[in-house]
Amino acid sequence: MKLTLKIWRQKDSKSKGQMVDYKVTEISEHMSFLEMMDVLNEQLVNSGEEPVAFDHDCREGICGMCSMYINGEAHGPDRGVTTCQLHMRMFNDGDTITIEPFRAAAFPVIKDLAVDRSAFDRIQHSGGYISVNTSGNTQDANSIPISKHAADTAMDAATCIGCGACVATCKNSSAMLFVGAKVSQYALLPQGQVEAADRVKNMVAQMDLEGFGNCTNTGACEVECPKGISLDTIARMNRELMKASI
Amino acid sequence: MALDSKVPKGPIKDKWTTYKDQINLVNPANKRHIDVIVVGTGLAGGSAAATLAELGYNVKAFAYQDSPRRAHSIAAQGGINAAKNYQGDGDSTYRLFYDTVKGGDYRSREANVYRLAEVSSNIIDQCVAQGVPFARDYGGLLDNRSFGGVLVSRTFYAKGQTGQQLLLGAYSAMNRQIARGKIEMFNRHEMLDVVIVDGKARGIIARDLVTGEIERHSAHAVVVASGGYGNVYFLSTNAMGSNVTASWKIHKKGAYFANPCYTQIHPTCIPRSGDYQSKLTLMSESLRNDGRIWVPKHLKDVEAIKAGTLKPTQLKEEDRDYFLERRYPAFGNLVPRDVASRAAKERCDAGYGVNATGEAVYLDFAASFERYGKEQAKIHNLVNPTEAKIKELGQEIVKAKYGNLFQMYEKIIDQNPYETPMMIYPAVHYTMGGIWVDYNLMTTIPGCYAIGEANFSDHGANRLGASALMQGLADGYFVLPYTIGDYLADDIRTGKISTETPEFEAAEKSVKDSIDFFINNKGTRSVDYYHKKLGKIMWDKCGMSRNAEGLKEAIEEISALRKDFWQNVSVPGGDKQFNEELAKAGRVADFLELGELFAKDALVREESAGGHFREEHQTPEGEAKRLKEFQFVSAWEYKGEPKDAVLHKEPLKYENIEVKERSYK
Repeated sequence: MKLTLKIWRQKDSKSKGQMVDYKVTEISEHMSFLEMMDVLNEQLVNSGEEPVAFDHDCREGICGMCSMYINGEAHGPDRGVTTCQLHMRMFNDGDTITIEPFRAAAFPVIKDLAVDRSAFDRIQHSGGYISVNTSGNTQDANSIPISKHAADTAMDAATCIGCGACVATCKNSSAMLFVGAKVSQYALLPQGQVEAADRVKNMVAQMDLEGFGNCTNTGACEVECPKGISLDTIARMNRELMKASI
Repeated sequence: MALDSKVPKGPIKDKWTTYKDQINLVNPANKRHIDVIVVGTGLAGGSAAATLAELGYNVKAFAYQDSPRRAHSIAAQGGINAAKNYQGDGDSTYRLFYDTVKGGDYRSREANVYRLAEVSSNIIDQCVAQGVPFARDYGGLLDNRSFGGVLVSRTFYAKGQTGQQLLLGAYSAMNRQIARGKIEMFNRHEMLDVVIVDGKARGIIARDLVTGEIERHSAHAVVVASGGYGNVYFLSTNAMGSNVTASWKIHKKGAYFANPCYTQIHPTCIPRSGDYQSKLTLMSESLRNDGRIWVPKHLKDVEAIKAGTLKPTQLKEEDRDYFLERRYPAFGNLVPRDVASRAAKERCDAGYGVNATGEAVYLDFAASFERYGKEQAKIHNLVNPTEAKIKELGQEIVKAKYGNLFQMYEKIIDQNPYETPMMIYPAVHYTMGGIWVDYNLMTTIPGCYAIGEANFSDHGANRLGASALMQGLADGYFVLPYTIGDYLADDIRTGKISTETPEFEAAEKSVKDSIDFFINNKGTRSVDYYHKKLGKIMWDKCGMSRNAEGLKEAIEEISALRKDFWQNVSVPGGDKQFNEELAKAGRVADFLELGELFAKDALVREESAGGHFREEHQTPEGEAKRLKEFQFVSAWEYKGEPKDAVLHKEPLKYENIEVKERSYK
């Protein structure tokens, strides 16, 4: 395949960025999108130019590092995938592809397509944990039975990879799907109950402080989430917050 | 220096308890005067950082990713072992210890493995308390499954994302300590050297990967938890950034590097499809619980499948060769990874590989769909269900167990594995070799520790499934926090370590010089060019099977490639910026040295053990042949060029397990 790529280039967080056109040839439909980017970068390095910076690591859809906005969609046109799992068979020979960083005030650009998502970490610092001593002197794991349904639903929420696609795709740059997933995991398990009220209040407060917008129930986050995190988690978070506030 | 493993005396089942009773402790009030650096925040580093902070030490943690939550431990799928015997199928601490030592081909240290088995059940309790959503059965109790090389069901799991959930558990424990100010987290930072003061590790030199600034960080002890070095092969299942740099830098400053040639080749990976491929994708070994592995019995059927005139589903049962069940009836498809990998390679080398490159065997779930489907039909009281209904019911069960893996496979290969068998092939996965450590997990540099995949001690020549997560968390939550106190007890009066000393000065200068070299060497070849070349030499000559001649060639070729690298490598951009090519250049430079030591180690080890199969040493049936005189750890001392490295041997004594021929027949 031969492709034209329109890529956002930005030297650093302080510089102004712009779209730059590149051509790549000999792209196999079996390549992942990131492997296609590798081809472009090898080409750039060989001609002495700086390669396009983009975040990526595990390349099997689980680390949540890759974060491109492709043709106007977070992680590109396929559903239920991260960019590293997006394959070139989703595109046609001769296509022009627009590639931008995830855009949100709370995710400043570091360089080119790489953005700073440490706001997610700070939300977690504010309460995304259970306060148990890491001493190994905890009670036997089977001493509190957890229904299969509760464990499975908690697991569904816990599969969030923190990629930020929900924020990138939301017209309000809301982080509610991410925070909802975290709150839900702990809200569904007996271990998380003791601190439940403080947890949800602190996490929501930090989320607002970081500059994420509010949720207006558009549902774009759920559509773009590579792990299929459901809007139910947002509803659960709101319920938890309500419960904590009265 | 003679190697002292410091294994405590006494019966194996009492060693750890007695040892804990006798080591020096640091008063809680004194812990806050002591700083510890942890490099890497995966399962081992993350759990260690959280626990050390919980105990009261001041922790500085470093990760090259933007968040500890991205560490490659997150990609582990299948599960974590623990000797809980919840299933009542005969599991015990001894049996987990036994399986691990045997699975490691009797090349791991008995006392360390026993301790690992002993603390394994604490790990599950700890993680459940932290809110890790392990799979539960309908009674609300924890569910288990079985993995290769064992005859009990002791593997705890969270769908196919166990590593993710355990890592997020450790990460949440870290978050709690970050919020308390007990962990200072340095994201997007890479350790580039260790600083030794008066013979002790007292700090590191790190580079801020965003600004390019070189920073000095001091501490009373340094813990390296930077994972494995499988990326020396270029293609592996490791994350793209996984590297050997932290381990290699401490090796160059005096830490011995043990068993570098012990690499695990994992049997259930998605096959390579072309030269552009950047990495390989692993699918959990747990798939072998329900999948049957086969290739066609006849070469004509192989040709027909490759040509597309015959579908694998059309091939009759009697025309299929279920080679693992045929060769190893007792363990069948659940033989350990080294055995399964070699058996697949043997069939593919003989021409029976089923994809275009000839490097794939089938992993078939049809029998499971039927078996589970019939069971479900009975449970639901369905009278005379159709074949299609049975298949559908069975597929639902398999989907619940491995749905995410099936989806991942379909995304990559573009084939529906519910309808046609998956194709798999072995790939480089985990490295059992690593920094040599004693029973305290301390390296040969006083005050410098290595934990998790970065050390060598627990897995021997081969690693059983679901035991890497166990080791990472055991080291981080339960072992290091005790053993490090024994060392730090002498440091309660030391006070803050200054970074304004000649040692820090010198270490910083050498780091800066190397970076200046890369920026100013206007060469002609990219870093990836060298990495790929190195990877090919490693796979061809130091891969699943090796021989003396190939290894000698590899040593020469890697040495020549390294020379070429230092002349002709090209790194665009500057140093005071986010420059991934520059970071990669440093990592590949270290791989180019490690690769040669790897080949040298493989050459010395004139036997076959685990992932290390020397063609000269096999039984008439083609099984690995171990030799008693190689029952030792090879620990290499750095002396400049890898060819000058000096070998030290730690003899391995087996007092609690009789060393037997490892057979899975």
